[in-house]
Amino acid sequence: MKGLKFIFSGLFFGIVMSKSEAISWYRIQEMFRFQSFHMYGIISTAVAIGIVGIYLIKKYQVKDVDGNVIVIPVKEKGWKKGIFGGTIFGMGWALTGACPGPMFVNLGQGYWAFLLIIFGALIGTYVYGILKDKLPH
Amino acid sequence: MIDFILAPWPWYFSGLMIALIMLSLFYFGKTFGFSSNFRTICAACGAGKKTKFFDFDWKSQQWNLLFLAGSVLGGYISANFLSDGQALRLAETTVTDLKALGIQFDGKMNPMQLFGLETLGQPAGFLTLLGGGLLVGFGSRYAGGCTSGHAITGLSSLQWPSLVAVIGFFIGGLTMTHFIFPLIF
Repeated sequence: MKGLKFIFSGLFFGIVMSKSEAISWYRIQEMFRFQSFHMYGIISTAVAIGIVGIYLIKKYQVKDVDGNVIVIPVKEKGWKKGIFGGTIFGMGWALTGACPGPMFVNLGQGYWAFLLIIFGALIGTYVYGILKDKLPH
Repeated sequence: MIDFILAPWPWYFSGLMIALIMLSLFYFGKTFGFSSNFRTICAACGAGKKTKFFDFDWKSQQWNLLFLAGSVLGGYISANFLSDGQALRLAETTVTDLKALGIQFDGKMNPMQLFGLETLGQPAGFLTLLGGGLLVGFGSRYAGGCTSGHAITGLSSLQWPSLVAVIGFFIGGLTMTHFIFPLIF
């Protein structure tokens, strides 16, 4: 089963996000009110270790499980999509207290209301797909 | 050991684990980025027939759907087997601020006042959640990624567009929290 490792990665992700309360609407409020270091600690630790990890991957041309040299995908250039798209995303993040991953982890936690949020996110993605060429990137 | 597992995990441990998840996915030949799943699901539902953006080989993204399924399972296991049921220790200042908005801190992961099923039956509650999801779905695709793709993977690989996106995330989050919340709650 080649897919099993992805299920386990996701499962572990769900547990980590739950156990550190990063899926909590309250914790996201704490973050956007600058009243706790918790969320900043999680993100900055992940980024700090990630920077070292990616640096080493590039430096030693680490190969993936299939034997191919790992290539770190390059994000598309342009600042408008980041500012406009990012701001829209951030508003939804604060409102629902969840970014895409935590929506599904919260669903597993038994918060059925997240089905509605996920449905909204699918509509939002679909609307973006339709409008894409008309938006400034 | 059991106590450590059952109690809330500290931020540095969680941060380390998230970095390891990202690096493992690189090792598996993939890239950590959760919001792509929404595009994949749209494509799997046939959105590619009418819209070019969804006309791609979505089956190549099945691994991410498995990751998604795993994350739901992880939430279920955490809530039912890995929790000691202690109330969330939210900053007192946040509790006070939310109270001023009329949102009572109930010690759970999310306020039942906003996420309880009875809220879904009310137009305001229903629209808030649907609209919030819509903003996340639209915004993440517009920005080209969400917290995992930009804040974690993008910043870790020192990419400018990701830093710009994260700044956008905060402009939006701060605006919603400090200016729009007082209007809607």
